[in-house]
Amino acid sequence: MKIHTEAGERHVLAVTVDNEAGILAKITGLFSARGYNIESLTVADISADHALSRITIVTSGPPAVIDQIIAQLDRLVPVHSVTDLADGGAHVEREIALVKVAGTGDKRIEALRMADVFRAKVVDTTLTSFIFEITGTSDKVDRFIALMRECGLVEVGRTGVVAIARGSEAL
Amino acid sequence: MTEMSGADMVVQALVDLGVDTVFGYPGGAVLPIYDALFKHPTIKHILVRHEQAATHAAEGYARSTGKPGVVLVTSGPGATNAVTGITDALLDSIPMVVLTGQVPTTLIGTDAFQECDTVGITRHCTKHNYLVMDPDRLGPILHEAFYIATHGRPGPVVIDIPKNVQVATGTYSIPNRIDHKSYRPQVDPDAAAITQAAAMIAAAERPIFYTGGGVINAGPDASAALRQLVALTGAPVTSTLMGLGAFPADDDKWLGMLGMHGTYESNMAMNRADLIIAVGARFDDRVTGRLDAFSPDSKKIHIDIDRSSINKIVPVDLAIVGDAGRALDALIAVWGDKGYKARDLGEWWRRIDGWRATRCLDFPEKKEDGAEIMPQRAVKALFDATRGRDPIITTEVGQHQMWAAQHFHFDSPNRWLTSGGLGTMGYGFPAAVGAQIAHPDRLVICVAGEASLQMNIQEMGTVSQYRLPVKIFILNNQWMGMVRQWQELTYESRYSNSYSDSLPDFVKLADAYGWTGIRIDNLGELADGIQRMIDTPGPVIVDCRVAQLANCFPMIPSGAAHTDMILQPNDITGTMDDEAKALV
Repeated sequence: MKIHTEAGERHVLAVTVDNEAGILAKITGLFSARGYNIESLTVADISADHALSRITIVTSGPPAVIDQIIAQLDRLVPVHSVTDLADGGAHVEREIALVKVAGTGDKRIEALRMADVFRAKVVDTTLTSFIFEITGTSDKVDRFIALMRECGLVEVGRTGVVAIARGSEAL
Repeated sequence: MTEMSGADMVVQALVDLGVDTVFGYPGGAVLPIYDALFKHPTIKHILVRHEQAATHAAEGYARSTGKPGVVLVTSGPGATNAVTGITDALLDSIPMVVLTGQVPTTLIGTDAFQECDTVGITRHCTKHNYLVMDPDRLGPILHEAFYIATHGRPGPVVIDIPKNVQVATGTYSIPNRIDHKSYRPQVDPDAAAITQAAAMIAAAERPIFYTGGGVINAGPDASAALRQLVALTGAPVTSTLMGLGAFPADDDKWLGMLGMHGTYESNMAMNRADLIIAVGARFDDRVTGRLDAFSPDSKKIHIDIDRSSINKIVPVDLAIVGDAGRALDALIAVWGDKGYKARDLGEWWRRIDGWRATRCLDFPEKKEDGAEIMPQRAVKALFDATRGRDPIITTEVGQHQMWAAQHFHFDSPNRWLTSGGLGTMGYGFPAAVGAQIAHPDRLVICVAGEASLQMNIQEMGTVSQYRLPVKIFILNNQWMGMVRQWQELTYESRYSNSYSDSLPDFVKLADAYGWTGIRIDNLGELADGIQRMIDTPGPVIVDCRVAQLANCFPMIPSGAAHTDMILQPNDITGTMDDEAKALV
């Protein structure tokens, strides 16, 4: 007997929650308990009184599963709202990566040149290394990191995706 | 606004919330609360013999009264022992508040004596949970916890209270009104959806109501509304295990329970219907059978208080989020306003009567006095003998549970207490304790299997202590019968570890606890034995020896469709492919 899994599409969910102990465990636990995917998850406090946090979750699944994920998140007591940013039309996504590249000579020059093309900033340098800061969609960050692998990549740190809907309306 | 200790606040909050009974077990980390309870005679504390039993007793109390059950246990093992009952309450949507002691805040995280991460462990088996770090928060949190446990889809809420928070003093405050900042369940159904639903029901040629525990949870008025709507529409009714009692079993619209061990007529009607009206039911795998063959030609309306239940397993055509009772009331109102009349469903009923004619619940038996008792006969005899006494029936989990569901009939809600979602062996006896505490003068019977009963049999001491007249009726076949049945169906009768070896003498056990023990060995003793049980004022254990190898039919084998029911034992094949074996 084979175990079948269904392919799905990528969705970005913005979830506002009470900024309280254990909420992140509750959300990630829901995903693991019910077998949902997390491709990336970011969380930070977003309100002036530190009462609310916004969690951005990139997940994937067939439409029925995405619908279930939203319903399951929405019924958690500390969850205020769940928005599927793909549903609301256009949205902006950004991710930051810090990319450390070590090397000398041609590879070092090539790394700097490509960083320029990608509008990555140099935030630290030694005689034998750079740290680049790159901001963009996950695709762009992926492509930059792939190129840097050829130029002496030694370390990467990524934030995961944050996203927000275009236009004047709030969630 | 009064200054008091955290422990006093807990007890004061329970008093203010109208709690009359707490099921619990003391220990180091809850001693301050136990001391506060000592001074408060208005709250009755029921001392169980194991914390799991406290949670099931609270469930029995809750399910039989509609009020939340309250549990008080200590930290560490007290809390972990309660986890099964908490999870049971989550799956069956039982309102429950569990207070757990915790080591002092200064010791949290140090692997202190009897420390466990209670909020971590219970995070995913509660509707919500709290760790209270400040005594001033105790009042608001307790009030909020009861609100959350009882509003929307009910469920268990855990409040973990460190010992120093119980000892410290603070200000007790009560929120004026619970206006939770994020938890606002939708209880009123969407009016347009109700109008559409009424039109769909009025137009249907082969409608069926499929109702569940949500109707019971919505209160007795919801059951009354269901009866009214069924009378208006003339449609047949089936119900899940959890929903039994919401619709009277003696009504001619009643088809019996549906699903794996449901009736042939219910399952066939679900399969052939052109409209399913699901009310407070969640399309559980025990109900649907093989999904791609589940009611293929029907439109489906789903009324549920929990949006996540809708389209979770079976996609529906019309979703109505809201309280079952309010939705049924709204449907009745629209039905009247629009002047709908019940359609002539004569052809539909003729087909249903054809399925009824299989008499799927019949079973082969010998009738002479010395004959062995068929378990179905035992349940029927119990039903006949207790008719008119309006008994509360609890069950353990297994074959006896299904036989009770099939052959014991209910006319009103809150009389049938069983573990449906989690399927917890060991639920029934402590649930009977909780129900008897809530209804001291009612006849409360736990229909048990000899295997399940042993999972919480220590509660015999609790029953003796509080002089509860609980009756345990064991269908003793000396097997974990449902396990054995599956081994017959799936594993060519290789009975791996399903024999109930080394059973106690239940009559002597009864004697040891000061109960009355009755043994029934054959058909001739059945009626008298049951009557003696009923007539005995105190607790009674009946060891009813039944046919050892009887199996529970009809049955939809795992992975099969509603139309592929096994009606009789000789339909059994004995092997199964891996796809079917992999299903539970």
